[in-house]
Amino acid sequence: MAQVQLQGIVKAYGALRVVHAIDLDIADGEFVVLVGPSGCGKSTTLRMIAGLEDISGGALRIGDRVVNDLPPRDRNISMVFQNYALYPHMTVRENLGFSLKIAKRAEAEIAKAVTEAAEILSLTPLLERKPGQLSGGQRQRVAMGRAIVRHPDVFLFDEPLSNLDAKLRTQMRVEIKKLHQRLGTTIVYVTHDQVEAMTLADRIVIMRDGRIEQIGTPLEVFETPVNTFVATFIGSPPMNLLAGRIAGGAVELADGTRLPIPPGHGAAEGRAVTFGVRADNIMPVGHALPPTAHMAEVEMEVQLSEPLGTETLLFAMLAGTEVQAKMLNPRPVPLGERLRFQISLDKCHLFDADSGVALRV
Amino acid sequence: MASNASHRARKRALSAAHFIGLFLAMSLICLPGLWIVLNSFRPTVEIMAKPPVWIPNSLNLDHYRAMFGGVGEGGVPVLTYFRNSLIISVTSTLVALLVGMAGGYAFARYRFKGKAALFVGLMATRAVPGVALSLPLFIIMARAGIIDTHFGLILTYVALNVPFTVWLIDGFFRQVPRELAEAAEIDGCTRWQAFWRVEFPVARAGIASAGIFAFLTSWNEYALASQLTRSVNSKTMPVGLLDFTSQFTLNWGGMCALAVLMIIPALVLTFLVQKHLIAGLTFGGVKG
Ligand SMILES: Nc1ncnc2c1ncn2[C@@H]1O[C@H](COP(=O)(O)OP(=O)(O)O)[C@@H](O)[C@H]1O
Ligand SMILES: [Mg+2]
Repeated sequence: MAQVQLQGIVKAYGALRVVHAIDLDIADGEFVVLVGPSGCGKSTTLRMIAGLEDISGGALRIGDRVVNDLPPRDRNISMVFQNYALYPHMTVRENLGFSLKIAKRAEAEIAKAVTEAAEILSLTPLLERKPGQLSGGQRQRVAMGRAIVRHPDVFLFDEPLSNLDAKLRTQMRVEIKKLHQRLGTTIVYVTHDQVEAMTLADRIVIMRDGRIEQIGTPLEVFETPVNTFVATFIGSPPMNLLAGRIAGGAVELADGTRLPIPPGHGAAEGRAVTFGVRADNIMPVGHALPPTAHMAEVEMEVQLSEPLGTETLLFAMLAGTEVQAKMLNPRPVPLGERLRFQISLDKCHLFDADSGVALRV
Repeated sequence: MASNASHRARKRALSAAHFIGLFLAMSLICLPGLWIVLNSFRPTVEIMAKPPVWIPNSLNLDHYRAMFGGVGEGGVPVLTYFRNSLIISVTSTLVALLVGMAGGYAFARYRFKGKAALFVGLMATRAVPGVALSLPLFIIMARAGIIDTHFGLILTYVALNVPFTVWLIDGFFRQVPRELAEAAEIDGCTRWQAFWRVEFPVARAGIASAGIFAFLTSWNEYALASQLTRSVNSKTMPVGLLDFTSQFTLNWGGMCALAVLMIIPALVLTFLVQKHLIAGLTFGGVKG
């Protein structure tokens, strides 16, 4: 077990920089998820930790060693790949025992470790099969088994669930979480799926274009996003963003609608800002929006409703922008109906219009 | 129901046509071979008979006996030719495979300057007909003093086969996901171990099929061998066939007998590795 520390880690392909000096401290036993849109440098970062990519700049520590120039085999890490990368010419048993065999451990010890890992992941009946004879979910479990067999300091996962169907993905997500609780090993997990990130992580690292936008617990990044990118990336549906300007101590939208400045935020008179509100915090009057200290009201015309069972998603227009709102007591909503909506102002956000940075005071 | 019946009839007609087509194609491929085998076992009179005799009247081993007999009675140094062929083909195949693996792996896995040009260049050598090279080759080898040696022919065949093995093996390594070697490295292998423990075994079927192709090319090659060999020192079996021609006669029976001896090892080898060959040609099935 070990902590992992990234200090100013850079990755460049020639003149092209794809990871820009990122800093990240991962505590021993922590489950950290790197999340961000495709191409933002998550895999590259993970592969630098693994030793599969050269590090162009900065220092990488695993435990108390600087490992920048160590090959993967000397870093005592294990990795689960997106396509599992099981050895197709070996049985599941051989796949699981491969790392121990390379380390020249005794047969009996290998057999014991393999049996144990197979037990943990319910692979025992599959031990004599080849990877080609396994289903996607089973292959996924073998890949995880291969990773846990030799008790590494750190587990690295690169989008391990993205090749599974939705149901299996949810199931495996739970298994990974349980595995972490059971083994307590440090995990660095890469995904582009914010739901996966939110459900698995102790801490989430949100990346964009080779830079870290925000690091925090799932709740922190959900409740206090540092900018509009994080605000719209985390949470589903994405946070509604309304363009406006500070006028007379309130946010004035394009059509003249005025919204109070959310508590805890502030901006100078005349500044162009973006008002952010999640669908959960804007509901028609009388729809059980949990009351907060500060509330606001607006009137909007409903364009479309999407019944989801326990709740209904409403698409409405406000100052030329589509706003998604929720309704907790479902009822049919005629198209074009004008409704009054309540907003929990304490859960709203204010961002700078140009930089997207949150304007918290 | 009517449409069902007609559907079935059409299906049966189609499968019959399929069968007949296959039969014709196979006959076309196999008949010359069968004719050779047949001729090696029957008297010259019957071979030359017009109209041809399809069903042999008598079969005997005369041609084989003569071939292995003394030089005076139509004998040929078969065993020496066989040994030459074997040494030259096996050695050149092994070398071509080693070079092919190194080159194919490099092409499949690494980026380097001039990769595309090098690859096209390699392939372009295949576009030059081998015979066109025979004179320059002859002159160079004569100057170097390696005419009529195993070494000269091995060198020629390696050069002939390497572009092909590089190209084939490149294709097979390309289909082995990079992550396999990476997983092996993370599991504690060195780069070298990762290759031999994981990538090589996974691509083995493909490499075996490249080996077969290289071996058969060397084993059967005639045009260059006929120029670059002189004597029992290095003559291979295909060149040995010419021993059956003299100024006014052609010993067809003897030729066929030697040809049969040539075919047998090739067939045996192909049979031995056919499992690999088929797996190699349908490589997609190996994916993890
Ligand atoms: N070998 C390479 N040469 C140049 N650019 C690369 C190379 N590999 C990856 N990149 C670039 O690096 C960026 C980050 O890639 P990656 O880490 O795979 O993103 P992701 O977050 O989707 O995992 C991408 O823009 C990609 O185009
Ligand atoms: Mg990726």
